[in-house]
Amino acid sequence: MKVSVVITLKKDVLDPQGKVIHQTLDGMGFENINEVRQGKYFEIDTKESDQKKAEKNVEDMCKKLLANLVIEDYKIIGSQ
Amino acid sequence: MNSSVITFPGSNCDRDMDVALKKFGFKNKMVWHDDVELPKSDLVVLPGGFSYGDYLRCGSMASKSKIMKSVLNFAQGGGKVMGICNGFQILVESGLLPGVLLRNKYLQFICKNIFVKVNNKDNPYFKDEKKEIYEFHIAHNEGNYFCSNDQIKKINDNNQIALFYSDESGNVNEDCNPNGSLQNIAGVFNKQKNIIGMMPHPERMIDPALSGEDGSIFFENLINNLR
Repeated sequence: MKVSVVITLKKDVLDPQGKVIHQTLDGMGFENINEVRQGKYFEIDTKESDQKKAEKNVEDMCKKLLANLVIEDYKIIGSQ
Repeated sequence: MNSSVITFPGSNCDRDMDVALKKFGFKNKMVWHDDVELPKSDLVVLPGGFSYGDYLRCGSMASKSKIMKSVLNFAQGGGKVMGICNGFQILVESGLLPGVLLRNKYLQFICKNIFVKVNNKDNPYFKDEKKEIYEFHIAHNEGNYFCSNDQIKKINDNNQIALFYSDESGNVNEDCNPNGSLQNIAGVFNKQKNIIGMMPHPERMIDPALSGEDGSIFFENLINNLR
């Protein structure tokens, strides 16, 4: 089973990379952008076939390694 | 005094630290990250560098390496642990120190001499130190100290800030904050003050012909305090 996770910076954490991407997109002529926030995407292919167990396991991975909960939030966005 | 410097894959200030510690009287041992046991030590140093290529987040992989279990036990038992630069990042990732180190505010790798002001001398690292302001070197891309509002309140209540970025006269303000760190924080302690993490490199300031002597003053005072 493949579990997909997105990790983003918490709202109140400064994202200088997102800011620069925003400025660059502005410079390229993409208009009407309010804000850009950069994050990370992980696809974890696990031998576990039970969806609940697999997601629980990935949640544990997020807490222990994939995300730093001081500054980041994680969200499991799908399993298949 | 016995010290240990841990070498992770990608550490690059480990030998500099070894030279500095030996110069001021430590019997230093280099310890590989994949080792399990820590040699008998009065001080353990996590050196600067780019452990695991800074993958995922700086210090995150190294904080889970085998030797870190022993370092955690050593630190939790009151052992002195000092993390410099990437070592500081490893200490926050391991949970031994509060907060996190983000990308520098202006997204530039910063490599220059700066001044830091000692905030708290009631600890083994700065006790009896006559100097208030050091000139040290920084070289980092992720040194922007950040933590939650609750954490910064606790840090201030427990007097856990070790060093502030300052100017030559010791003024702490935004003009002398190189990387956007919260409250100009350049280094912090744990609550018990046996663990310190700092972005500046004292080991690069131990030779007047090459750099400066403020690191020498720091290491001389440190070994005297540990004796």
